[in-house]
Amino acid sequence: MKILVCISKTPDTTAKIAFTQNNTKFAAEGVQWIINPYDEWYALVRAIELKEKDPSTVLHLVTVGAADAEPIIRKALALGGDEAIRVNADHHDSFYIASQIAAIAKTGGYDLIFTGKETIDYNGSSIGGMVAELLDLPYISLAVKFDLEGTTATVVREIEGGEETDSVSLPVVVSCQKGVAEQRIPNMKGIMGARTRPLKVVEPVAVEALTSVVSFELPPAKAGVRLVPADNPEELIRLLHEEAKAF
Amino acid sequence: MSVLIFIDHSEGHVKKASLEALSYGAAVAQQLGTTAEGLLLGTVTEDLAALGKYGVKKIHQLAQDSLNHLDAQVYGKVIAEAVSATGATVVIFSNNLSGKAVAPRVAARLKAGLVAGAVALPDTSNGFVVKKNVFSGKAFAHISLTSPIKVVALNPNSFAAKTSDGQAEVAALNVQADTPKVKVVSATQASGQVPLTEAEIVVSGGRGLKGPENWGMVEELARLLGAATACSRPVADAHWRPHNEHVGQTGIAIAPNLYIAIGISGAIQHLAGVNRSKVIAVINKDPEAPFFKAADYGIVGDAFEVVPKLIAAVKKLKGLA
Ligand SMILES: Cc1cc2nc3c(=O)[nH]c(=O)nc-3n(C[C@H](O)[C@H](O)[C@H](O)COP(=O)(O)OP(=O)(O)OC[C@H]3O[C@@H](n4cnc5c(N)ncnc54)[C@H](O)[C@@H]3O)c2cc1C
Ligand SMILES: Nc1ncnc2c1ncn2[C@@H]1O[C@H](COP(=O)(O)O)[C@@H](O)[C@H]1O
Repeated sequence: MKILVCISKTPDTTAKIAFTQNNTKFAAEGVQWIINPYDEWYALVRAIELKEKDPSTVLHLVTVGAADAEPIIRKALALGGDEAIRVNADHHDSFYIASQIAAIAKTGGYDLIFTGKETIDYNGSSIGGMVAELLDLPYISLAVKFDLEGTTATVVREIEGGEETDSVSLPVVVSCQKGVAEQRIPNMKGIMGARTRPLKVVEPVAVEALTSVVSFELPPAKAGVRLVPADNPEELIRLLHEEAKAF
Repeated sequence: MSVLIFIDHSEGHVKKASLEALSYGAAVAQQLGTTAEGLLLGTVTEDLAALGKYGVKKIHQLAQDSLNHLDAQVYGKVIAEAVSATGATVVIFSNNLSGKAVAPRVAARLKAGLVAGAVALPDTSNGFVVKKNVFSGKAFAHISLTSPIKVVALNPNSFAAKTSDGQAEVAALNVQADTPKVKVVSATQASGQVPLTEAEIVVSGGRGLKGPENWGMVEELARLLGAATACSRPVADAHWRPHNEHVGQTGIAIAPNLYIAIGISGAIQHLAGVNRSKVIAVINKDPEAPFFKAADYGIVGDAFEVVPKLIAAVKKLKGLA
């Protein structure tokens, strides 16, 4: 059993979002970087749990990023995993990233590929589906529960207004969200162990990006809150109805 | 060269998000001086020709019962083939849960650039640039699509469905659908409730409500307003509410017309999922709660006193009391 978990690097959830160079670049100065929460808390932790259940499982992590992604992938390795792979490319187009992951997956022969639900900076929610298509594998999006029995996975996923339980034979690509696992805190043993586990750097395959960011924009600031006295909540309903025309 | 819009449906009905996508696609087509066509896999009870009122000239349908369930792999291939068969150069999805499952597959198959989470019509004055949400609602990015075929997934509630007179021609799509590799064991649909991502009004509760037993008033206010219910992350973590109600950076991102937050502090990670709401009303007993900075309207007060009065006021307004 071989599992690949896709790890991306994102600004901390409390990071100030600002742009430089005429609004074309994210202002990364002073920003704390973290493992994308969906990748860490759900995809990676579930994969570690599967390995704990079946220690013969081989668990690899992959990130597509420049050298500055190394602390992040190291941090992920400290949680668990046998080996990390960094594809040495700093690119933000989903198709480009998915193509790199698919290339790694092709040579690695993985039975299971986990991604997070989405990156909290780009919010594409697309890379899992693209990787699946490039590998011609089934894709189960937005999993909230994942179980494995032999080579059959039972996955509960979120669908419009409800949930669906699916059964599928490996190999499969699954995007993970809340419910799949519980967040873990790395321990000292893991952190020390991660230093000795290999981090392989591979060069990207040649792929053309299909999209590019022209510019960023911040939403207009709110005009300020209009407070209604607590003893007159009817006034709030009137304002929402007549002034804001919210219903 | 045409615009092809994927029409998502469940339980025999076209989803509201797809009506928005149809109108959006029709507007894109007009901008490009071409025609908009719809694509429906499976069957619905509605009269498809009538969807012409959203601006589409033609609807391609593969009326196969097995397609009434969306399998990402099967759908991805059929849609990609439909794109080739119709010669479409722009493909529109709703960025709802179905769109998130299928649009990336279609884009990868066609080597087409994808913008997932579009919030406005493309700028076609110089290329094809689409505005999308990034940083979990804290910013927008303008993304240029450079591939010959372009795929755009429109965020629900960001483009109003428009109608005018018009009938669409319905044509059978001649494409072979594969057998799904994924077997559906069971599905539960929270029936009677408004799906959170489609809801125009959302009433949400946080830890300030003290416990699950106090959600009756949240649900009643929601019911009266035809709203969906939501909650903050600690509320879902404590199992006071189901996790699929959790909104925020690590939960669902929503953009309703009105978001009413009751007993929620307004942490940055919570705001990330709700800050695209058009109007935000906050009820919190702490005047310093950060949520007031992101709100349009607010009441500084105790939810247990304020909410029952809001319920009474809505009932009065709707002639129910
Ligand atoms: C990486 C990360 C991701 C996260 N993702 C999310 C996310 O997706 N969604 C999310 O919601 N949170 C998320 N959080 C958690 C977030 O930081 C906050 O802890 C959380 O949103 C707080 O929930 P709350 O407002 O319900 O509770 P609290 O912060 O405890 O606030 C309760 C509020 O209720 C008010 N209150 C108390 N009693 C009353 C009363 N009787 N009447 C009226 N008001 C009252 C209080 O004044 C207070 O403001 C995340 C955190 C991290 C670190
Ligand atoms: N640069 C990257 N390297 C590795 N995996 C990534 C990268 N970017 C995104 N992913 C994975 O794809 C998921 C969805 O990303 P996105 O489609 O950008 O929202 C993330 O949760 C990650 O698991």
